[in-house]
Order: sequence, then structure tokens, then C-alpha cells
Amino acid sequence: MKRKFLIVLPILFLVALAALLARGLQSDPRHLESTRIGRPAPVIVLTTLDGQSFDSRTLTGQVWLLNVFASWCSACVIEHPALLQLASQQRMPLVGLAYKDKIDDTRGWLFERGNPYSSVPVDLDGRIGIEYGVYGVPETFVIDAAGIVRLRHAGPIDNKFLAQLEAILAEQGEKK
Amino acid sequence: MIAELGQLSLALALAIALLTSVFSFWHIRRETLGSHYLSRALGGSALLTFLLTGVAYAALVFSFISSDFSVRNVAENSNSALPIAYRFAASWGSHEGSLLLWVLMLAGWTAAVALLSGRLAAGFRVRVLSTLLLLQVAFLLLLLASSNPFLRILPAVLEGRDLNPLLQDPVMVIHPPMLYMGYVGFAVSFAFALAALLEGRLDPTWARWSRPWANAAWSFLTVGILLGSWWAYTELGWGGWWFWDPVENASFLPWLAGTALIHSLAVTDKRDALKSWTVLLSLVAFALSLLGTFLVRSGVLTSVHAFATDPTRGILILSLLTAVVGVAFVLYAWRTREVGLGGSFSLVSRESMLLSNNVLLVCSLAAVLLGTLYPLIVEAFGGEKMSVGPPYFEAVMAPLLLPAAWLMAAAPWSTWKTTRAQSMLRPLVWPLLVSIAVAAGFVVLRGKGSVMMVLGLMSATLLATATLAHATGRVRLSAQRSLWARFSVHGMSYWAMITAHVGIAVFIAGVTLVNTYEVEKDLVMRVGQTEVIEGWQVRFDGVRLAPGANYDAVQAVFQLADSSGKFITNLTPEKRRYLAGGQTMTEAAIRYGWFGDVYLSLGEPMESSDDAPQAWSARIYLKPFIGWIWLGCSMMALGGAMTLFDRRYRVRGKAPAAPIVVTA
Repeated sequence: MKRKFLIVLPILFLVALAALLARGLQSDPRHLESTRIGRPAPVIVLTTLDGQSFDSRTLTGQVWLLNVFASWCSACVIEHPALLQLASQQRMPLVGLAYKDKIDDTRGWLFERGNPYSSVPVDLDGRIGIEYGVYGVPETFVIDAAGIVRLRHAGPIDNKFLAQLEAILAEQGEKK
Repeated sequence: MIAELGQLSLALALAIALLTSVFSFWHIRRETLGSHYLSRALGGSALLTFLLTGVAYAALVFSFISSDFSVRNVAENSNSALPIAYRFAASWGSHEGSLLLWVLMLAGWTAAVALLSGRLAAGFRVRVLSTLLLLQVAFLLLLLASSNPFLRILPAVLEGRDLNPLLQDPVMVIHPPMLYMGYVGFAVSFAFALAALLEGRLDPTWARWSRPWANAAWSFLTVGILLGSWWAYTELGWGGWWFWDPVENASFLPWLAGTALIHSLAVTDKRDALKSWTVLLSLVAFALSLLGTFLVRSGVLTSVHAFATDPTRGILILSLLTAVVGVAFVLYAWRTREVGLGGSFSLVSRESMLLSNNVLLVCSLAAVLLGTLYPLIVEAFGGEKMSVGPPYFEAVMAPLLLPAAWLMAAAPWSTWKTTRAQSMLRPLVWPLLVSIAVAAGFVVLRGKGSVMMVLGLMSATLLATATLAHATGRVRLSAQRSLWARFSVHGMSYWAMITAHVGIAVFIAGVTLVNTYEVEKDLVMRVGQTEVIEGWQVRFDGVRLAPGANYDAVQAVFQLADSSGKFITNLTPEKRRYLAGGQTMTEAAIRYGWFGDVYLSLGEPMESSDDAPQAWSARIYLKPFIGWIWLGCSMMALGGAMTLFDRRYRVRGKAPAAPIVVTA
């Protein structure tokens, strides 16, 4: 009996795997709702890559972007050009949270690919990641002038994200 | 015209493969036609499909070389300014082209089996070839239905979009074919296993026949992975060599299964044991190759390699994977008991050593598979896309693979059936002492070390010295007179094992040392300025323009000298901008050395006042022993290739001892 079970084990495994992969294909890979949205953004007080201190409260009063990245994250490579372009427009502070990464690796990675961030706080143990409820890397949050999380995007940023960001920027511009 | 010719040949190949394989399966099962007749017909059909897919591939290559931009695939992946070698490589740079390459190689392996299996029992040969041809049918259908590389765009475009600049590298010209040779090569042992299950008979001859094919596929896969890793090192510009990217893992998974397979085949071949397990591994190795293809091509996991996401195509590949592997596993569940377990062995024996090695390899396989698919699992239970990073893989792999190295060190002293533990452990005393001395030496001389570093270096030294000690012992104690005879009496397989195992030791040493002792430094240098890093003197001599065929480039010249100031070489890292797509690429300059590389990549020009000379930022890495990683992998691949020249396979036809072998 036991042996019979062992023999069909590969089949069961295959069925589970196929179901998993099929599901993976169906779902929209970039969609995410979050309980964080509409709530005040957790305060970030950390040391940055160049050893300065970073306090997210200094950014209140303007829209800013928190991008969670790491040198070991392959998907981050994909969104990097988009971030560089965003940075070149200089419309908002772009904060890059270096997530559970070796400092030297982060530095090398940014050096090679260009640094889009206005500051890079280092989250070595992933504590800030937990406060923001980061599932994986990359993830991007948009925080508005009042310090409220308005948008959260998991996976590399795409055109849909950029459109949503534009909408938030436009709305915030009107308020002023 | 040429593109249509290619498409036509593919359709013909599909028809031939479909008709002959189904026809043969039908008749061999009902015994309505003689197996000798079917066997000969299938041989012809295997050669014919190879010829036809070859023509199709040539047509695709011709379209690329002649820059026929009315073919969509060419327009999207090539450019008239692209150098010829890269146009050639661009033919497999896209999804469609690489799938055609897959089919071509499958047809190639099938033809090779057809040519070299004349002495197999006809009934068995018919089942092997039919299985391989049926696989071809599946992939040809996929190719023609969803990924036809010969589709036209009308009106034709004037200029192509260009091959991704990251892929414009000499190594990239040979990396994909090697990797695919390995992936597809496991189809042969898969077909052998399926044929054995279909016949309901499995004897040592089956394993003997399967072994060289598995070894060949494994060697190709090793070379493919090695080249991919070396490409990442030279091209990605920051000196990493393995990133645990899903697509890298996709090639590592079949490698682990293949490594387990070639060892378990040895047990089945020599001792007729572990049969059921070996069959399962044969099926799993190819299943993982298919999974790899799916992961790369469907874009289900985010990766630097997965260029396009296409759910329809993904579903097709997934259905194909499920169908092929599903049939195989069902057949396995149904028939494996008829195959039987095979001979028994005691707790301490060569069989048990190889079985433990298998267990460790399969555990690592499971760990890598879990890490690779974890993002999907999280997602299935309501989470979102994420990456599992190297921290996970590094944490799980070392505890699994280092014990494998210890087993390997003792393995040559083990004997079949039963071994006294003492006789295996006693020869390890000296190697153990040597390894302690080497590790201690490094820690004392370099003044830096960690537990992992000491363990890694000790394992590597232990493995290398134990293996070499066994080899020298054998040569010295041999009864033969001449040195050559003393070497050759042990057979190529023995020396292959020695080479591959020492290769693993070299690899482990390389990984350990580079992880522990690498140094990196950011530099900002003005022309004429000299910096000293760990005894190396680097002088910045300025920048110059160095345009290539299809890119503009700024090239910096750095003079590298050793601590005494003796000139060694010029390092010329570049920043390139590719004209067709406008992408910027960093081209690192590397000074290769036996004991370490000096790796320099160029940053950006710095702002400076008018009268001061221009300053540039640059980043320098010292990577001690990194070359040993690839040297070790090459030795493993060489070992795999050496087994093919073993006497046992050369005279294979002459011993019609087992029921499978029938003189043709």
C-alpha cells in the first residue's frame, strides 16, 4: 500500500505543479491591493548608503516615491530604466529602500546601473519592509503630501503605474 | 521564398514524424508488422526529419544573414549594422528561433540515436525512436501553431530593431546551443526509460545503453551553464557570476537531476540495482528540462532572461509539458513494478554511497525548485509577485552540497555490495590533515576567514587530495610495466571520474576563496593619477573614442602594474551606446590570472572645474581565484566527455550477452 502511494507521488506532484503554473499564467502579475492604502505611511528613520541620516518626515508636504529594491533582485533590473527616467524629470523625491542587501552590493549595483534615487536608506534587517508590508522586491509606494500611502505596486513598475502616478500628481497639484 | 521553404520543410518534418511514430507504435504493440522492418523505417525517418529541420534552420539563418526584414522574426531581432557572427546568433536570440533550435537539436539527437543504435534489439529500438519522433511532433506543433519563426510582415520594414545588446557577446554565440544540447539531450535517456517501461523489461543493458547519452547531455549542459555564468561575469559589469535568477535555476535543476542520474545509472549498469529510481530520474531530468523551457519562455516568473510574457504561448508550452511528463509518470506508476527494484546491497557499500549522493542532489534540487517557484506559490495563496534572493539559496545549498563533497572524497575507496567503513575512512586521514593545513594557512596568511570559508576550503582540499591520492595509489600499485599501461589499464571511466571530482574540488575552492577574499573599491581618478589597491597599481591614462560596428563607445585606458611598479597590461573598460536601440552598456576590462582577476568597470565623467583635468569614476574588483570556478566546471564537463571514450562503449556491439542486444 505504502509503495503504491510512492509510485503515484510523481503524478500528484506534476498535477500540483501544473495547476500552480497555470494559475501563475492566469493572474495579472502586477496587481495588488493593500490595507496600507489610505493610511499614514510608517515613518522611516534610517542611515543612508552614504552614511547620512534619513527621516521620511522631512518629506511631508510633497508627493514622494518609495521604491523597495535590492541588488539580488532580478526584477529590479527591469524597472530600473523607468526609474532613471522618472528621476531625470525631477518632479518628486525618489527614495530607494535598499532591502536586506549587503551595502557593498547595493553600492556596486547602483554604480553600474545609475542611481535614480535622491536618497537610499538602508534597511538591512528588513524592519521597515515589515512595517510597509513588503512581500517581495521590487515594490513601489506613492506617498502624498499629507503623508498618506496612495498607491502600492508590486513587481517592476509599468505604464499603468505611471498613469496612476500622474493622476495622483495632478490631483495633488490642484490642491495647492 | 527562402522563409517559405523553411516553413515547408517544418511541415514535412511534422508529417513524417507523426506518421512514422504513430504507425510504429500501432504495429509494434499489436505485432502486426515485423520489428526489424519498423526499426529500419524509423531509422530512415529519423534521419529525414533531421535533414528537414536542418533545412528549416538554414533558411532561418539565411534570412538573418541576408537581413530579410520582411520576416518578422528577423525584423525584431536583427539589424543591418549587426556583425555577421551576431546575426547568426540572433537566429536563436528570440523565442521563435530558440524553439526552432530546440527542435533541430532534438532531431539531431534522434538521428544520432538512429545511427548508433543499430545493435539494439529491434523492438526496443522501435520504441526509443518512436518516442523521440513523437516528442518532435509535439514541439513542431507548438512551433508551427504559436511560434512560427517564418511569419512575414507586409509591407516589409526597412530596418530591424536589433539584437538585445546584452546578447551581443562572443560567449552568447555558443552559450544557447550548448545549453540546449544539454536540455534536449536528456530526451534520449527519457526515451530509453519510456521504451523500457513500455516493454516492461529493464536490465543492465538498458542502463549501459543509456549511460553514454546521459553523460553526453550532462557534459553539454555543464558547458552551457558554465558559459552562461562566464557571460554574466564579463557582460553584466559588476563581477557576479551566479545570481539565482529563475532562468539560471531552470538550467541548474536539470543539471542536478542529470548529475544524480549519471551516478544512479552507474549503479544500475554495474549492479542491476536502484532500477526503479534510475528510471524515475531519467524521466525527471527531461521533465525539468521542459520545465526550464517553460519558465524561460512563458515569462511566468520575472527574470532578466524572460524577455516577453505571452500567456497563450505559456499555456501551450505548459499543456505540452504536462502531457509529455504526465504520460511518462502514469506509465511509470503502472509499469515500474514489473521492472522491479533490482539487486540489494549493504548499508556501507559503493551503492549506498551513490544513493546518498543521489539523496543529497535530489534534496538540493527540491530546495532550488522550491525557491524558484516560491513566488508563484505565494501568489497562488493570495500574495503577490516577488523575488526569492540569493540569501535563501546560499543558506540552503552549502549544507547540502558540502556533505556531497565529503562523500565524494571517500567514494573511490568504496567497493560494490559491501565495504568496511574503516577501509574507506583510513585513506582520508592524510587528506584531512592536508586540508586543515591549507585552510589554516589561508586564514593565517590572509588574516581573514569565516566558518563557511574554512569548511569550504577544507572540503575542496579534502576532495582533491583524496581523489588524487586514490589515483596515484592505483597507478603505483598497478602490475603493468610502462607508465602508459599503468594509466590505461584503469579505463577511461575511472580517469573521467577523477577529472570530474577534482573539478568539483577546484570549483568549491574558487567559490569559497572569491566569496571570502574579493575586494572592491570605488575610484574617482584624474588623468595621470595612480591608485594602489592590495598591491596593484592602477594609473588612469585618459579616455578615447572607440566606436564599433553598431555602437559608439568611450574607452578609458588604465595602466595596471604590480607592487614593484612593473607594467603588466592596459585595462580598457568601455561605455557603449548601441545605435539601433540607444541602450548604454558597460563593457568591463578584465585581466585574467590563475590566482585571481583584476576587474575594472568604467563609471561616469565627474563634474570638474575648467582648468583641472577631467576626472572619471570607476570601480575596481579584485577577484581571487574566480577563474577556478570555470576551470572546475570545464573539468567536470571534460570528465563527462571522457566517459564517452571508454572501451566499454567502443566494443559495445561485440557482447550479445543480454537479451536486449541482438545482432542486426
